[in-house]
Amino acid sequence: MAKNDISTKFNPRLGKKELDLLTRLCNAVSVSGDEQEVRAIVLEELRDFADVTKVDAMGNVLVRREGTGEDRVRVMIAAHMDEVGVMIVKDEDDGVFEFRVIGGVDPRQLVGKPVIIGRDHVPGVIGAKAIHLTTPEERKQVLKVDQLRVDIGPGGDSKVKVGDRGTFATKLAVLGPSIRSKALDDRLGVFNLIQLLKHAPENVDLLAAFTVQEELGLRGAKTAAYAFDPEIGIAMDSTPANDLPHFDGLPNTSHNTRLGNGPAIYIMDRGTIGDQRLIKWLVDSAEAGKIPWQYRQPGLGGTDAGEIHKTRAGVPSVSVSVPQRYLHSAAGLIRIEDELNTLKLIHTALKRLDRSILNPQEKK
Amino acid sequence: MAKKNNSLWTVLQTLVETPGPSGSEHVIREKIKAEIQEHADEIYTDALGNLIARKGTLKEGGKRIMISAHIDEIGLMVTHVDDDGFARFMPIGGISPLTCLGGRVLFMNGTQGVIGMERLEKDEHPELAKYFIDTGATSKADSKVGVGDVCGFERPMLDLGKRVVAKSMDDRVAAAITMEALKEVKPGTNELYFVFSVQEEVGIRGAITAAYGVDPEIGLAVDVTRTGDTPLGVKMEVALGNGPAIKVRDSSFIADPRVVKWMVDEAKAQKLPYQMEVLEAGGTDGAAIQRTRAGVPAGCLSIPCRYIHSPSEMVDRDDVENSVKLLVGLLGKPVSLG
Amino acid sequence: MKLDLKQHLKEMISAPGLSGYEAPIREIIRAAWQPLADEIRVNNLGSLQAIQRGEGAEPRPSVMIAAHMDAIGLMVTGIDEGFLRFMQVGGVDPRILPGQMVNVHATNAEVARDLPAMVVMPPAALLPKDGKSGPLPQKYLLVDTGLLPDEVKKLVRVGDVISFATEAMELCSETISGHTLDNRASVAAVTVALEMLSKRKHLWDVMAVATSQEEVGGIGAKTDAFAIKPDFAIVIDVTFAKAPGGAGIGNFEMGKVTPLTWGSCNHPALHKAMMATAEEYEINVAKELAPTGSGTDAHDIQVAEAGVPVIELGIPLRYMHTPVEVVSLKDVRRAGRLMAEFIAGLPLDFMKTVIWE
Repeated sequence: MAKNDISTKFNPRLGKKELDLLTRLCNAVSVSGDEQEVRAIVLEELRDFADVTKVDAMGNVLVRREGTGEDRVRVMIAAHMDEVGVMIVKDEDDGVFEFRVIGGVDPRQLVGKPVIIGRDHVPGVIGAKAIHLTTPEERKQVLKVDQLRVDIGPGGDSKVKVGDRGTFATKLAVLGPSIRSKALDDRLGVFNLIQLLKHAPENVDLLAAFTVQEELGLRGAKTAAYAFDPEIGIAMDSTPANDLPHFDGLPNTSHNTRLGNGPAIYIMDRGTIGDQRLIKWLVDSAEAGKIPWQYRQPGLGGTDAGEIHKTRAGVPSVSVSVPQRYLHSAAGLIRIEDELNTLKLIHTALKRLDRSILNPQEKK
Repeated sequence: MAKKNNSLWTVLQTLVETPGPSGSEHVIREKIKAEIQEHADEIYTDALGNLIARKGTLKEGGKRIMISAHIDEIGLMVTHVDDDGFARFMPIGGISPLTCLGGRVLFMNGTQGVIGMERLEKDEHPELAKYFIDTGATSKADSKVGVGDVCGFERPMLDLGKRVVAKSMDDRVAAAITMEALKEVKPGTNELYFVFSVQEEVGIRGAITAAYGVDPEIGLAVDVTRTGDTPLGVKMEVALGNGPAIKVRDSSFIADPRVVKWMVDEAKAQKLPYQMEVLEAGGTDGAAIQRTRAGVPAGCLSIPCRYIHSPSEMVDRDDVENSVKLLVGLLGKPVSLG
Repeated sequence: MKLDLKQHLKEMISAPGLSGYEAPIREIIRAAWQPLADEIRVNNLGSLQAIQRGEGAEPRPSVMIAAHMDAIGLMVTGIDEGFLRFMQVGGVDPRILPGQMVNVHATNAEVARDLPAMVVMPPAALLPKDGKSGPLPQKYLLVDTGLLPDEVKKLVRVGDVISFATEAMELCSETISGHTLDNRASVAAVTVALEMLSKRKHLWDVMAVATSQEEVGGIGAKTDAFAIKPDFAIVIDVTFAKAPGGAGIGNFEMGKVTPLTWGSCNHPALHKAMMATAEEYEINVAKELAPTGSGTDAHDIQVAEAGVPVIELGIPLRYMHTPVEVVSLKDVRRAGRLMAEFIAGLPLDFMKTVIWE
């Protein structure tokens, strides 16, 4: 392993400036297929920090930040700019619109919620029939998406058109040690990637991919990885923390991750079996930097690493996520310390990285 | 001659072993009256049969407070006696079919009997229409009970040390606590109306009329509440032994937050254990008092109790004695509902 | 000072005030009504009553206007590893609960605190069989405050109330969306009426009451009617507006009409008299049918003491009992105006016409 140079300590904090950036990112409307609002924030933030910035055919923002010194490893880090949401599909007149869901949203999360539509954040509601007008039989049925409507008030507003995308109207809030917001998946990743570029370690070439359409099947990551042709791939995302109590007090064996236990390092998910050398590298970096960490339980789900590792002739890849409760709902929840420790872990790991990591693995 | 003053537990045993379903409270009413009349300034029975005992006279700075504990219990009324002497019945109050099987009953006229059930088909659940009472009669002619006769469940009280078990702890344990408080309390400037109410189990009927008649400024019901501390039971925070429960709400009313605070403050001042109670069911006399006339701030002191409306209701000895202390403390001081 | 209706309504629907716990909303209404009343009082169970005395000779008849100020919400029933279990206060369709923003009014510590939080669904793996598919039964839902379990235990106790915390939004055509428009929209209409009446001559005494605990059984209204003993009462509550997914005959369009109820809780003579006023002042009204009674304060006021004749007005509202209810400010203004014109036109012997024929 290379010299363990972690003397230049990067101590991430969530001060006023950082919180302001995170808030702008989370409150923006950038649903898979139209990530412009977040893309604009990213480009603005990175104007003075990148060597080469390109927006590709898919809409990915691809940023190269070259290091100094010899034989630098080319590391691709991906964070996705898109969030789940809705698209307006039919104008039923008088301010009422039919819509469809983009990405994996449980229809039960949509009912009775305020929403914002389009670049102008036009306010509306997804209403529900008054309980007084429902029957007990009816209340046993889940309301399907094609039964729900977006209502922006009578008369409509020519600012909302068929094809516009929208999200929950949630605004980011700090709740004690936590943050509650929509789109923490994956604005946390976007925020962290911006910070890494601003404090880029010198010993690596950082290939930052702010990807699009992750929620529709890792679409942006595919082309970004092809363009970058990296030697190592890291996906920074958010993963469920199912650390709630069992109703009958039985042990919770499927927590996935737990809030407060630090960044979650993936071993295996539906799309990727993490490279064991990279997993060890991350764990060793956490221990060396005295950063709390946890394994994400092997299971389903996936990240941009799913596409990155299959690019061209293959790229050893790994994923690290911030644990989050209630993903893909109006109100996700994370611990601030988990978010900062995730950023710290990646930075610490990058500083300890050299080419020897790509030596063939010993047989276990 | 000293005033009659049996201990709370002696009184309780007498009460729980006395039959008296809603509408048939005359026997238990007389027993209560005999025990407390010398301790009260005034005692009378109203049109529906509520026993009302006043202690104290309203003075400057005092309040007229109504305390209500119901003396009726759940029971059964005969609707039909068949040719073989088996009696069919309807419930008085909330009777669960599951608690009937094998039960023993005691009629107001002294007759005793056992509850039997028709056979159940596979996957069939017991319901009240499938039960009957067997008094040992062999024909309608020699049956000692007829249509309209009333019975309660029959079990002796059982002392398990810290826990005590009996039928009709609901609400005789509250009645016993209330009687003890009546004996001990010094009303000061308050005028206290201790109402031993009737027909609570069939719709808090006694309390409705008693509240209109007494016209209090503050109301306090005393009743049992269930607990959530048995295996895979209903989710509820109240537990046996954690102290008297201060009711925030149940299905019949939302306790006035000012009354809740008054009760919490007193429990804290006396350093008594107490617990907050939210019951997603049930109803008590408190609702009746709250709604009377121009409205009355009302609450409820709840005694934690397991297996309510079964023949073996269980309470905790310390919860009971702490309830007396709490009640005496509340009633004997000037009250200001902030 | 002219009433800013939009501001007044937005202020009200941002305040907590669950059934039985109406103190915060009561204070906001008191501030708005105080300058418009000769006397303000709080009744035994927390209703706020404003009295505008009339100019007729004594003994003057009085009309009670009832608009309930309490809101539906939730109440803490238990604390489990820092998560809150809860039950409802008033009727809410549990299907709308997952993901809703709420405020926990925590009273366990020395100083009470409001904790922003949200309603959450546990994963299916942590639930018994009936929680694994379909709409999640309410008993399985939890509230997460984002605080650590030790902190939650210090701050929150069983019995604490929880309000919805959705922010008010202005939608098209002068409509407003938010929670507790049922029934603060009606309270706003009463404010409009009181303001108009304060500038007009009227013979009758006006007893405007923001009643408590309507959502849990009309308890405030019942006891207030006993205390006030009015000659008749006007009840104003929200009613069902035509809406997507809505159903039922007789739902009304928002922004167009003020429904007057016709049914067993309403006295036909009062209905006829109010219709006449509407016609005279060209106020757009319609008949709302309630054949077997009303689910409003009218139900309880009608049978108070020896009985009180009642007429109900409605404000059409979409998505009742959800945190995204929608009303039109036009409907609020119109209802207020109708009440003011009606009351201002009452002769002292009006009750002679309120007979059964």
